[in-house]
Amino acid sequence: MQKTQQVQYNRAGQRVVSPEYLLFEAPREKQFMTGSEVVKEAVKRSSVDASVSYPITPQSEAAHMIGELWVEGYVGVYFRGESEFGVMSEVAGCSMAGARTVTTTSGPGTLRAMENFPMWAGSRLPIQLVLMARGVNTPLSIQPDNLEISFLLDTGCMIWHAENAQELFDMIIAGFVVAEQPDVHVPIITAIDGFFISHTREAVNIPPDDIALPPYNPYKSPLVPIDMEMSPGRFLRDPYVMKSNYISYAAHTSWQYEVRAAIERSRPYAKHYLRGLIEEFGDPEGEIVFVASGTAGAQAKEATQIMIHEEGIKARVVRIKTLRPFPYQELLQAVQGAKYIFVPEFNVIGWLEREVRRALYGNVDIPVIGSPRVAGGMTMPPEFIVKEVLEYLGKEVKHVI
Amino acid sequence: MSQPKRRRINVRMPAIGGQGAVTAAHIMATAADYAGYHAVSNPFFGAEKRMAPAESYVRIGIEPIYDRGEVVYPDVIMVFHSQVITMGKSYTMPFYSGIKKNGLIIINTEEDLLTERDHEYLESLNVKVFNFSATKFALDHAGTELSTNMAMLGAFFGITQIVGMDAVEEGIKARFLKKFVASGGTMSLDSAIERKFKKKLELIEKNIATAKASYELGQEWARQQGMESWLPSPKEVARV
Repeated sequence: MQKTQQVQYNRAGQRVVSPEYLLFEAPREKQFMTGSEVVKEAVKRSSVDASVSYPITPQSEAAHMIGELWVEGYVGVYFRGESEFGVMSEVAGCSMAGARTVTTTSGPGTLRAMENFPMWAGSRLPIQLVLMARGVNTPLSIQPDNLEISFLLDTGCMIWHAENAQELFDMIIAGFVVAEQPDVHVPIITAIDGFFISHTREAVNIPPDDIALPPYNPYKSPLVPIDMEMSPGRFLRDPYVMKSNYISYAAHTSWQYEVRAAIERSRPYAKHYLRGLIEEFGDPEGEIVFVASGTAGAQAKEATQIMIHEEGIKARVVRIKTLRPFPYQELLQAVQGAKYIFVPEFNVIGWLEREVRRALYGNVDIPVIGSPRVAGGMTMPPEFIVKEVLEYLGKEVKHVI
Repeated sequence: MSQPKRRRINVRMPAIGGQGAVTAAHIMATAADYAGYHAVSNPFFGAEKRMAPAESYVRIGIEPIYDRGEVVYPDVIMVFHSQVITMGKSYTMPFYSGIKKNGLIIINTEEDLLTERDHEYLESLNVKVFNFSATKFALDHAGTELSTNMAMLGAFFGITQIVGMDAVEEGIKARFLKKFVASGGTMSLDSAIERKFKKKLELIEKNIATAKASYELGQEWARQQGMESWLPSPKEVARV
């Protein structure tokens, strides 16, 4: 038998390097870019085989730029779907056929495509969805609002929530690596708050573009990919599953548990490649603790600095990077010593507050306050967060707004 | 005049669609970043069109910037078009709502557009107002209104004295010789401007000349007002 040769260059002619080298060791250069541009740069370095797109604000630019990568030869296949439902079905086909696949969507697009996300998870497809969250309700809002993330929490996909363009860049690359581990192999949703990241221009450090991730090896999948001998979706239509009997119920149930267990098994990988599932910021002895994710985490950091420097109040932030898997142990550890936990959010329902309450219930006795909360595109100025906290504590609001 | 010790400048730019406020914001942040500051820029997240209100924001500081979104409490407001004030083409009403004490307002106008009440309120906060005709300035120095945003940009850096003209030049060059493209819309606009000017380099030169002239004008005005640099230099901060 011929000796297996190690792949050294990918289809685009980029040198293949280890994920560790790409993420941690390669020299980085500072660029000044938007979150949308960062998606392009991350996908460019990820040896992506296929991408399907459909326009919706605010992710259109990112989808457009993945198309440019296809023109330049960095992405194998790229086309526009007929709707978000079409897109999410088509990327599933690409992934079943053994392609490393990425797509992007936002708000109403996410909801239109909804049926596909649990299908991806059950089919164990390591597709990456870059989600740029925006408002979904009537009256129409095209503005930042992350309610849609709550709808995705229990689809069986991993969900990471980036705070800024830099973290989005690193999460996209790490996302492929973690999602494709044979003992994980579930979809990865890398979420950001639309506009706040996608349309904001900031400094980002990125490695050179002549190196990239090793190509995806579909034969490491826990389910066989489609090839000359394997028709699509064979596993999905095996006769025993289609019968309504005890075995089919048990097969469905145990597989659903297995998908969730696979997300749990992603913990050590995510911890390694993201350098922890949470980030702690501010005064380590802070009695006021903000638990937040994404842009709310960024705003909480600014509020914390105002509280420490201008109000003389000890405060800190525990920023959640991974929503699925949820960092229960890390959160419990991090909130030790807190007197109050505030959960600022960019949505009306407070899904993170629910997650935090569930994680802490019966473990610690610290009041959890789901505030402040803005939605529909509203900005959350740090001054406003400080005011909310001070008013809740019955303290005088000293700083000038 | 005693100035507060700032660690951050938040800038709000109410403009009219097509005036290049988003481009000005990007160049401003790039220039500040080049000079060693932390900087972030973003447009207002709406559907912009010509002559409709459009707004963009920049945050510049000596520490990492986490804050995102609209600038609700600005230190500096740059009014790109008189209609922002006269026709209320602004996302906030009045256009100076939220302005901080000791702030600055730069208005592209040939005459004073503020009412007595406006003046009283702004004076009570020690907010300085700099009226200058950026559009006329652009026509004089670049031969096109399209450089109005460069005139505004130059005035901002001239007054605040946080970066030199070298950084402003670098920001302009980085924007027009860039590897990264902001959006499809900006791309087609770029090619339209290119056609108009025939040569890209000529456009850059004219933009730099406009910014330089208004930089000097702003610098002179700030000197008359007794203003010093609005931020400690990044080098000083590094030493501390």
